Amino acid sequence: MSLRSHGGRIGALTVIGTAIVLPLVIFVLGPNMPPGDWTNAGKSQVFDNTVLLAVMTPFTVFILVYIGYAVTMFRAKPDEELRDGPPIRGHFVSQVVWLVTTTAAVLFLAIFGSAELFASNGSGGGSGPNPIATPGGNVLPVQVIGQQWEFTYRYPTYGGVETAELMLPVNTEIEFHVTSLDAIHSFWAYQLGVKADANPGVDNIAFVKPTKVGAFQVRCAELCGIWHGYMFDTGHVVQSSQFASWIKQQRQAFSAVQRYLPKYATTYSPDPVARAG
Amino acid sequence: MKLVAVAGGVLVVAALIAAYVTFLTGGPTPYRVPQARAAGARSANLTLQTVAAVGSKLSPNKNWVSYLVREQGVWHRSTVWTLPANAVVHVTIFNYDGQSGLRNPFLAQPRGLLDGDTFAVDGKPMKVLDPDTASHTFAIPALGVIVPVLGIADDAKNQCEYAPCEESMAHETVTFSFRTGKPGHYRWQCFVPCAAGFIYGFGGPMQTIGYMDGFVNVV
Repeated sequence: MSLRSHGGRIGALTVIGTAIVLPLVIFVLGPNMPPGDWTNAGKSQVFDNTVLLAVMTPFTVFILVYIGYAVTMFRAKPDEELRDGPPIRGHFVSQVVWLVTTTAAVLFLAIFGSAELFASNGSGGGSGPNPIATPGGNVLPVQVIGQQWEFTYRYPTYGGVETAELMLPVNTEIEFHVTSLDAIHSFWAYQLGVKADANPGVDNIAFVKPTKVGAFQVRCAELCGIWHGYMFDTGHVVQSSQFASWIKQQRQAFSAVQRYLPKYATTYSPDPVARAG
Repeated sequence: MKLVAVAGGVLVVAALIAAYVTFLTGGPTPYRVPQARAAGARSANLTLQTVAAVGSKLSPNKNWVSYLVREQGVWHRSTVWTLPANAVVHVTIFNYDGQSGLRNPFLAQPRGLLDGDTFAVDGKPMKVLDPDTASHTFAIPALGVIVPVLGIADDAKNQCEYAPCEESMAHETVTFSFRTGKPGHYRWQCFVPCAAGFIYGFGGPMQTIGYMDGFVNVV
């Protein structure tokens, strides 16, 4: 059988396989991709992951078809002499097809990814102290402070009260200001679709708008010392009225320590312990 | 013969893996804190000592800061403790270390305690500690428990150089109570980067079980 025939078969199988798998990827697997649809950022990430999978699908199908075809068709028969296959040089069509498809895929992903970062205000990732894309309208700033080994949270619009628990009002644009007091941590609120590095001396801003009420997991996603694996807690998205009563209660509960807190700032630089090296 | 050699080799490798896993998953023998029962309620008394330098009698790292636990009247460098579930634990900490301050002043207000989050320093009830005067914290984050520990003044007389320290030496006494709740395996830690001689105080005893970190087995 000629090379042309083999190529035609592989091409045809790839097209057929893609036609079968692609709808499954888009309509079955895609909607179930992480992190879910709790927030605008989460929905955006699910969409992005679906698009990435869809773009990958023809290439993956091609590779799998090629492997399966080669294993089936090019298998040596028993007692057949072991020999190398015919060399392929300068196959113009193959080269053009491969270069065009891969270049188109990479360029598409670059443009699509950049557009998505703008369209969804960073898509839940930390954008540094000066985000290029910001949401319009009112936002609720919430500071996330990483320290070995716990996250604490400050609410600058409520007197800078600091809490050990993360509570967010639903349907409100949240502006996370993520920083650290010591080592490098990473604030990962999985269900919210937020993952932003917490670096000492850096104000890392991430936007998100929760649209569902419930509990979500917060984890540190950067190896930060002996208790890194224990650095997690549970946050809550609640109705606005619940949030209002909760923040009022927190201000009362932590009123004793309020006078000792530093004035709210985007970063903090506590002095090293005097006796530490 | 070849089969026997292969089988022997497999057995040796399996034994080495088992020993390695046992070494990694094993740990120090926990100190089972004696519990009391009165009117159906369980309680336990946990007595600790915090020292600036653990001394060569208790550790090869004699200059490391450490917690010690009192077990039958003797101070041990053990930071894995077993506590009864759904019990009230009364904690007494004798702190012989100096004031180094809290990196996050928020931790100066205790949480997760009985008596309305009140703790006592030298018998005096307090709601918050001046964060600059803190020496350490005692915290079991998963139980919501955190307590700042007052340090001794720089000019205090008769300071303890190496542990175990005696009660006649300069110290502050911090007492508080908390409820353990359901059974579980929880980590406890000090939140003050107090490891003298390490960068920003974060290394050595802050990153090693048996000094400023440990586990609480609630059973």
